[in-house]
Amino acid sequence: MQQSPDQIRQAYRQMRLIREFEERLHVENPKGEIAGFTHLYSGQEAIAVGVCENLRDSDFIISTHRGHGHCLARGCDPKGMMHEIYGRADGLGKGRGGSMHIADLDKGMLGANGIVGGGQPIAVGAAVACKARGDGSVSVSFTGDGASNQGTVFEAMNMAVVLKLPKVFVLENNGYSEHTGASYGIGGDLKTRTEAFGMPVWEADGFDYFSVYEAAGKAIEHARAGNGPSAILATATRYFGHFEGDPQNYRAKDEVKNFRETKDALMTIRDKVTGAGIFTAEELDAIDDEVLKLIDASVDSARNGPTPGRDIMMSDVYIDY
Amino acid sequence: MAVLTMRDALNQALHEEMERDPSVIVMGEDVAGGSGGTSGNIEAAGGIFGVTKGLKTKYGADRVIDTPISESAIVGLANGSALAGMRPVAELMFADFVGVSLDQIFNQMAKFRYMFGGKAKTPVVLRMSMGAGMNAAAQHSQTIYPMLTAVPGLKVVVPSNPADAKGLMKQAIRDDDPVVFFEHKALYSKKGEVPDGEYLIPFGEADLVREGSDVTVVALARMVPFAMKAVDKLAEEGITCDLIDLRTTSPLDEETVLESLSMTGRLVVVDESNPMCSIASEIAGIAASKGFASLRAPVEKVTAPHTPVPFARELERMYVPSPGDIEAAIRRVMEGA
Repeated sequence: MQQSPDQIRQAYRQMRLIREFEERLHVENPKGEIAGFTHLYSGQEAIAVGVCENLRDSDFIISTHRGHGHCLARGCDPKGMMHEIYGRADGLGKGRGGSMHIADLDKGMLGANGIVGGGQPIAVGAAVACKARGDGSVSVSFTGDGASNQGTVFEAMNMAVVLKLPKVFVLENNGYSEHTGASYGIGGDLKTRTEAFGMPVWEADGFDYFSVYEAAGKAIEHARAGNGPSAILATATRYFGHFEGDPQNYRAKDEVKNFRETKDALMTIRDKVTGAGIFTAEELDAIDDEVLKLIDASVDSARNGPTPGRDIMMSDVYIDY
Repeated sequence: MAVLTMRDALNQALHEEMERDPSVIVMGEDVAGGSGGTSGNIEAAGGIFGVTKGLKTKYGADRVIDTPISESAIVGLANGSALAGMRPVAELMFADFVGVSLDQIFNQMAKFRYMFGGKAKTPVVLRMSMGAGMNAAAQHSQTIYPMLTAVPGLKVVVPSNPADAKGLMKQAIRDDDPVVFFEHKALYSKKGEVPDGEYLIPFGEADLVREGSDVTVVALARMVPFAMKAVDKLAEEGITCDLIDLRTTSPLDEETVLESLSMTGRLVVVDESNPMCSIASEIAGIAASKGFASLRAPVEKVTAPHTPVPFARELERMYVPSPGDIEAAIRRVMEGA
């Protein structure tokens, strides 16, 4: 699957956007202005972007509690997201949802989700709608290794197969289910388990954008062609704790440092793109600068955003409330 | 007596009961934590709020079971092991995750004894954190005890302080019925004097934490310290209240509430839950049906609004009933007195 330089530039920018968004939140979080639980996606950028770069406007995705990366990869407005994370009245959720509940239905983004395994059955429902529309659109769910042990995920997989739906399950193994290693919690292995439902599984290197893009392309094409659900299994790591503030006692001291130095997704795409002569390092640096400015502006704007009031608390419980 | 946080009081109760009775086992996500990790630390978490810390190191992996993220199966594990003779203490991490495991709770554990001819015992303790206060938003902040209080067969515990948390936890573990134990996350770090060793609080006995003659204030969990602030402030003005901490909502100590109401004639009920079908509604209903002759003013319910729990700091503060809201409600029932 040959990608044009424009596509590659866009993918790189999206990955950089996620990285800077998350790294900046990691810096801002201890300052006390951000409330609640924040779960960061740094380290897994190639997965969200590798999948979403294959999508059309009419497709759907659903995310996890670690949702910022999926939201950004799907085109949610970074400033609107930042305002939401800061609890502002003009955030994507009007300050009512916060980090764990960012959604933008206009972008086909059916929400991050605070319930582990909560999203997958909903994504199967969206796939029913895609099939009914008959326009070749697909529904994609992101599922962590932890969520892959929820009954809801098994039910969703079986249902998608039985109904032969245009559904793609993206299984993201970042090595940890909260504070427990994935190897402890998963019986058998994710690939065999998923194949046992009768759907193909494509494996990808979750640090490598091109690997994920290719695997996701096959899965999404499979669904668009009416061949039913499939899955991609991508392995990466998360650079930060389960949530911000997690002391990560379950991790070896240099684990993250080693990943950052040897496998990093941004490093990998930069090396490949510059090595192939598609862009120079300077051209990529210019993208980085533009993204940094956008993140700076988003944080400044969010810190000074409007505070939500009682009217916002008391509205939207129902259509008319 | 030692001064402990509610977290440590609960931890002490678990340690004492596991020591006392080898059939007590603990299970849940990250109750120890670290298994399969790269640090080699097999107790990397001790529960995300630290309530189960030290248990795995002391009692081993057979009695302190880290589970995958599978809430239905966690409660099922507790149910089955209880039917087979163990005394499981299972953790759901957040009360909101009851949503994932509700069948095992309200169709299964609650009904075994009744359906099975009175032969079954289901001595499960199902622990869960609850409540607003950490800006954890709509799926990590709910106080769903009214929903489970409504289920026949379940006992429901809602402690407000470290000593009660210990005494009620030890009682819960020894109780032969399934007990849902709600731990308010904003109370985990609150300190109080806790009796050493053997200390049990029977279920269905409310605690009269303040005595007065003008108004009966009924509260539970985090609303007890909030109500205390309001009650103590008004006492300086000469308005005195009975403040009743329910401690358990099933069984519910109606007698203490009605007895106080018969002296004061005025009732304020404070409940962090949404107003419809709440504990506040239940207490108000009891007053209307069994204490009607005593009532000198309409019952005031101080609850959260009929909305999900919002995220932003300002919104969550508005959502949770405040000491000021409680004070205002007490003043309203006093109007015209």
